[in-house]
Amino acid sequence: MTTNDLTPTPGQTIGPFFGYFNAAEQVHLPFENGDNLVPPGDDRAIQLIGTVYDGEGTPIPDAMIEIWQADEHGNIPNQDGSLIRDPFAFTGWGRATTDNVGTYRFTTVQPGATDEGKAPFIHVVVFARGLLNKLHTRAYIPENKGLANDATLSALGDRAETLIAKRDGKRLLFDIHLQGNNETVFFSYPGMDYPKP
Amino acid sequence: MTSTNSPKLDPLATADSQETLSSEIQDISTTYEQSVQADPKREETQPRLNYPPYRSSLLRHPTKDLHHTDPETIELYSPAFGHRDVHQLESNLTIQHNGEPIGERIVIRGRVLDGNGRPVRNQLIEVWQANAAGRYIHKRDQHPAPIDPNFSGVGRAITGDDGTYEFTTIKPAPYPWKNHHNAWRPAHVHFSLFGTDFTQRMITQMYFPGDPLFALDPIYQSITDQKARDRLVATYDHSITSHEWNTGYRWDIVLTGSQQTPMEDEDHDH
Ligand SMILES: [Fe+2]
Repeated sequence: MTTNDLTPTPGQTIGPFFGYFNAAEQVHLPFENGDNLVPPGDDRAIQLIGTVYDGEGTPIPDAMIEIWQADEHGNIPNQDGSLIRDPFAFTGWGRATTDNVGTYRFTTVQPGATDEGKAPFIHVVVFARGLLNKLHTRAYIPENKGLANDATLSALGDRAETLIAKRDGKRLLFDIHLQGNNETVFFSYPGMDYPKP
Repeated sequence: MTSTNSPKLDPLATADSQETLSSEIQDISTTYEQSVQADPKREETQPRLNYPPYRSSLLRHPTKDLHHTDPETIELYSPAFGHRDVHQLESNLTIQHNGEPIGERIVIRGRVLDGNGRPVRNQLIEVWQANAAGRYIHKRDQHPAPIDPNFSGVGRAITGDDGTYEFTTIKPAPYPWKNHHNAWRPAHVHFSLFGTDFTQRMITQMYFPGDPLFALDPIYQSITDQKARDRLVATYDHSITSHEWNTGYRWDIVLTGSQQTPMEDEDHDH
């Protein structure tokens, strides 16, 4: 594409070879502490954890999940250091891959409301082998007063449940179903095209 | 949370022939062409999530309609990256080891714009790719082609104030995969991009002009519209080629339009 055409460039699947990170190696996209938005020992730390499933309920071991969120006071981060982390700075962004049984984990803080009364959520984007374009969703914080009058959630009826994380002590559980009866609600924003046959 | 199901890496991998695949691709293409001819508003600009010739998409696409909404709060902003995060040399994939990697040295240069034509400034671009033999550094890549000890195939860059980026790398080769019998991917470089709004986040693949595998590849063909597919193909550009050193390709990338108001843009200028 080299013209003045301003049609968005198409996405493509992340494929199977987007990489991994472990103590011995960093390969391609995943990186050290990509899944630790705060150090696991931080007093504020919570875990966001879930499993990504396909339409048969089989866990997906080759997905990459990213999150983007406000800090515990509802402030939207605006500083660099998202890749090379300063343990005392909260950049709000994280990247994790699913393990052999389809589970991803982030250590982060519970986001506060960005506006008075607004239900806080963690924005989640999903990439996977077999998934031809990115999918956006939201993990809303449970037991928040703002949930009851959130316009987006109200518009979804029963399916809104798929977007509300479940609390288990210092963990927030958020499974992602790409397809099926419990299919997670995914969002399409202005300018995005998700053509169907 | 944990499951005793062992994941099936290729639950739908079959022994289908390329002829079977190509005829499925052709059928979808013909139906699409007729539908656009009847109603130009049906033109598609992105891949279909449900594209049966790409077998792995069958159980990995949502069947319910995506929920259209306007971005809210944090979605109007994006994480910040800078030269703290990415060293300038990370955009050169040919100098990461002690020796020169094997293959055709190329430079890929272009600009990242949003849907309003504004440059996406000081934002992260990541690339990853196979080497000149079609082999990735990856534990799941079992293709019996040589690993190049001088090529890892990963690069990062931060776009300039005018949205420009540049990578020096080695031209990747096609590689086989398990979608069907004798399946080969056209040569490509994977690109990962951020905009000014997190809703613009995208991952895609850049291809090289004239690849004979285009017609056979269900991932490339999952974009049913030829004009849209062409947007993923770089252009050979002799002005990027340099004397006795590298050949050059140009590839510009357009993200969806930013929904930030100009004032928010200034407040959040990074
Ligand atoms: Fe690839």
